[in-house]
Amino acid sequence: MAETATATVSSQAALGHEAGHDPHATRTGISNTKLAMWLFLASDCLLFGALISTFLIYEGRLPAGEIGKEIFDIPFTSVSSFVLLMSSLTMVLAVAAAHRGDARNTRLWLAATATLGSVFIGGQIYEFTVFYREGLGFTTSIFSSAFYTLTGFHGAHVTGGIVMLVSLIVLSLRGKLPMEKAETVEIVGLYWHFVDVVWIVIFAVVYLVP
Amino acid sequence: MAVTERTTLELPAAIAEPEPLGVFARPRAKRGWRAWVTTVDHKKIGIMYGAASLFFFLIGGIEALIIRSQLAVPNNDLISADAYNQLFTMHAVTMVFLFVMPLAAAFANYLIPLQIGARDVAFPRLNALSFWIFLAGGIFLNTSWFLGGGADCGWFCYVPNSTVTFSPSHGVDFFAIGLLITGTASLVSAINLAVTVLNMRAPGMTLMRMPVFTWMAFITQMLLVFAMPVITVALILLFFDRRFGTNFFDVSEGADPLLWQHLFWIFGHPEVYIIILPAFGVISEIIPTFSRKPLFGYNFMVFAGAAIGFMGWGVWAHHMFASGMGPLSVAAFSVSTMFIAVPTGIKIFNWLATLWGGRIRFTVPMMYAVAAVAMFTIGGLSGVSHSIAPADTQQTDTYYIVAHFHYVIFGGAVLSLFGALYFWWPKAFGYRLSEKLGKWNFWLTLIGFNLTFGPMHVLGLQGMSRRTWTYDRGIGFDGWNLVATVGAFVLALGVLLFLVNVAVSTARRKSQPPVGHDPWDARSLEWMVASPPPEYNFDPIPHVRARDDFWYRKYGEDEFGRAVRIAATDDVVQPGGDRHVHLPAPSYWPLVIALGMPIIGYGLIFNLWLVVPGLLLVVAGMYGWSIEPPDEPEHTGPAHQEAADQPDGPGDSGGAGDESGAAEVSSASGEEAPVG
Ligand code: HEM
Ligand SMILES: [Cu+2]
Repeated sequence: MAETATATVSSQAALGHEAGHDPHATRTGISNTKLAMWLFLASDCLLFGALISTFLIYEGRLPAGEIGKEIFDIPFTSVSSFVLLMSSLTMVLAVAAAHRGDARNTRLWLAATATLGSVFIGGQIYEFTVFYREGLGFTTSIFSSAFYTLTGFHGAHVTGGIVMLVSLIVLSLRGKLPMEKAETVEIVGLYWHFVDVVWIVIFAVVYLVP
Repeated sequence: MAVTERTTLELPAAIAEPEPLGVFARPRAKRGWRAWVTTVDHKKIGIMYGAASLFFFLIGGIEALIIRSQLAVPNNDLISADAYNQLFTMHAVTMVFLFVMPLAAAFANYLIPLQIGARDVAFPRLNALSFWIFLAGGIFLNTSWFLGGGADCGWFCYVPNSTVTFSPSHGVDFFAIGLLITGTASLVSAINLAVTVLNMRAPGMTLMRMPVFTWMAFITQMLLVFAMPVITVALILLFFDRRFGTNFFDVSEGADPLLWQHLFWIFGHPEVYIIILPAFGVISEIIPTFSRKPLFGYNFMVFAGAAIGFMGWGVWAHHMFASGMGPLSVAAFSVSTMFIAVPTGIKIFNWLATLWGGRIRFTVPMMYAVAAVAMFTIGGLSGVSHSIAPADTQQTDTYYIVAHFHYVIFGGAVLSLFGALYFWWPKAFGYRLSEKLGKWNFWLTLIGFNLTFGPMHVLGLQGMSRRTWTYDRGIGFDGWNLVATVGAFVLALGVLLFLVNVAVSTARRKSQPPVGHDPWDARSLEWMVASPPPEYNFDPIPHVRARDDFWYRKYGEDEFGRAVRIAATDDVVQPGGDRHVHLPAPSYWPLVIALGMPIIGYGLIFNLWLVVPGLLLVVAGMYGWSIEPPDEPEHTGPAHQEAADQPDGPGDSGGAGDESGAAEVSSASGEEAPVG
């Protein structure tokens, strides 16, 4: 352990290379990869900001008589939102296990997170099919286009997160996720929490605000 | 005093070559085209960015010449109105997204690691990825000429002009997908370079000691991080409307056409700073070097740059005064826009003050830099006149605007980037461009530029509207249009002379004496390494004790504050040599991923099935990327460790900023004796 640490300190400081292991080797104290993830998430905030604004502008302009928010099934979506929230909890546990160097529990909690995320995606797909059958297609109105684009983008983010989680599990099974790489788990965790928080905002402004 | 003694950098023999895994083994080519397409070296990537952007400059320039030929005489029908629409749109798109931005990216890539004393950027492979994606996107955009014609909606592609109803060809689809692809490239490289600046600075290189070019490039990257997603959303909505039949911009469905304008300009206004800030950085490097004085008001320069970056977010709607968004917004945006002139003015006065009393050498880079300040000032003044909403309602969409933004973009950004090419050419290639040809190049460009765009002010005020295809005889437009067209050809000749200069100087380079490491007697760290720099840049990593550290290694001050030599240049530079610093090996996966993206693009436009092979290529590339042997220098020996940070050196005003990075790696080996 001590041995790896010294080796990475020197290489990190002297050479530009990709995976950051020892945070103290960088000038900010945050590893390159983590800082990059923070910047990416900052950027993503504006992506969702623009999509949410579009939705907010358009929901008020829906011509009378067209299908609008009344179609939402709030209890159903609340449950799937709760599922997604719980996945943040399991993610925290996964990160904690990774920091303890407990590979088995890391995998376990990662798998739990991925499962909860998949349940959420499943719920979204189900919800979309129901809406579609009730006559709200992607191109039906400016409301539906804005709604599906916004929630669809979020769904795509969650799906991307699930792919990352599964990759982490595979890496860990192949023994490629030793303790010093716990940070990788942490970084994926950052992404996952971000996606969850964004969902809370979307759920609030899209579904709950009348 | 040799401040950077060279101790052995040879690595302990312990580095095991990673086992080759067939296709996943890392390529090893050091020379030839293979080395270029697989490189992850920021310097090579910078050079490729430069070459590609100059290539696109030629395309955009030819488009401009055709436009100007059409406008040379009244009632001309050299090209059709439809072709004209495509030409001015593609001209602008090419110039903005495929020339100016990537040329600035070329310098950012090349210089940032060298200026902050790093071996490479934070993510070398991602760096290669962003270059290849940009190139793929640029080629993709230009293939639209052969696949049904280019976009014809103007570079801001307002709806409803850009909807299928009014632009049924595939041009706008190419515009949307092409910009999404190049936008991905910008975002990736912005994150990469920002992390590099924040994390990879050499010991002692605090934020407030960074060269101004690096500072401005850093602010630019931050602007990109926040601006790209907004245009991404706009383009996606537009594309959904066009190809998938959504209604985001269908007014009959209750949509709001201003939505596009807002999204576009929330991106578009910061974009103009993305274009100009790197140029400000270049000017701030060239002027002090050739005035042999430190940059006047360094702190002001940095904070003015940051202020421009921040304020740029609050003024976007000044592009929409004529859109009918209401008097209150117009007034607010009018005022906020005028404020931006303040930090910009600070910069201009600081450059003047730097020149003041300096020992000025009018080399070609210096001429470009000074001309850029002058031309930018003209453009800036007409810019202030747009911020006054009532005046703007007269000027908007006339040639006055065309004159304004060419003075800013061409006069400000392009001229200084040409200065940058002359300035850093000897560093990158080890030989100088001819000063004599350079002066011809400069004067023809400057005269041609003013002949072209000066008259456009007049034409605009006379009422010639922007995007005019042709005009009638005798309404007062004839004379100045002819002048502008002649000017454009003079300008083109001037630009061609740059290429001639490159060819001639390259052919002559063997017969010239070597330029040495520091041909201009310059100030910042990149001049401390060999020309061209070795792949590993520094040998060893320097310890920075002051702003303009390299200069203060060469010069001290006498009692009158004049610079006096304290060390010969040869004693303070790092001559380089054949060392074995272990660097990340090349990789071809970035290229594979980038190849997939235009295929997805064609698929989205022509046939969704084509998306499948494109996606497969991207996924395969990512997979290969993630399992290729990391080949990272995990086992570097003590020779690479850094010594502890030095306390503040001379010429440093302490500076705000940084501090967070104070935690330095202290060296156990003591291989580098502390300096001072
Ligand atoms: C090589 C010399 C150049 C010439 C002769 C030239 C000429 C022109 C002309 C005549 C137009 C107006 C077309 C019209 O409205 O009918 C135009 C538009 C434009 N040019 Fe240039 N230009 C040159 C270089 C550049 C550069 C270097 C840039 C930016 C980096 C640039 C950016 C633009 C933009 C953004 C437009 C607006 C197009 C639109 O209205 O959508 N140009 N150019
Ligand atoms: Cu603006």
